[in-house]
Amino acid sequence: MASSALLDAAVTGGLVVAALVTLLAGYRVVVGPTTPDRVVGLDTIGTNVVAVAALYALGTDRGLFIDVALVLCIIGFISTIAVARYVTEGDIIE
Amino acid sequence: MTALATYVTVALVAIGAFFLFIGTVGLLRLPDVYNRMHATSKATTIGASSILLAATVHFGPSGAGLVAFAGIVFLFVTAPTGAHMISRSAQRMGVDFALGAHWPGGEGEGVDDPTED
Repeated sequence: MASSALLDAAVTGGLVVAALVTLLAGYRVVVGPTTPDRVVGLDTIGTNVVAVAALYALGTDRGLFIDVALVLCIIGFISTIAVARYVTEGDIIE
Repeated sequence: MTALATYVTVALVAIGAFFLFIGTVGLLRLPDVYNRMHATSKATTIGASSILLAATVHFGPSGAGLVAFAGIVFLFVTAPTGAHMISRSAQRMGVDFALGAHWPGGEGEGVDDPTED
């Protein structure tokens, strides 16, 4: 199952776009005027890294990295919930 | 892998990269945190889901493709939940709207705030 040159080109282009977009979201994390802005930026970075892992699985033809993407999904969701609760309530588990 | 599956995979990767780019443009350019969340929570979810769907087409309906499909379902469940919790904490912290918009119900009145009463 050799992946074609067209698929390789598409995956490479997608990886470039996803990496560039992740760096741009870092601007909002650093500059963002309020704390929720930074959390939204980190959430966006998490989703973009999920896309990077899935694209890497496509490019190398190894399904292992799909599992990496799923675990990154779960960690991103839990960290977003934890930060939102910490900002609002002052602690995470009372 | 047939040629049709390759074309579908390439098209889904292109759509996903486009939506990731649109979501980040919204994150950088929109004026306040509620608008930014509105842009990112939909566009980047669609982008990552489209790339995971490309992985489902590429790896087939079992094994890694099934895991990718479970990832799509997980993203569609959790992304609105996370965005809702961030926006609620922003409202409790007192982050205002940009451009003079305000909460419905008058000045200084919390909207559906379960910590009151």
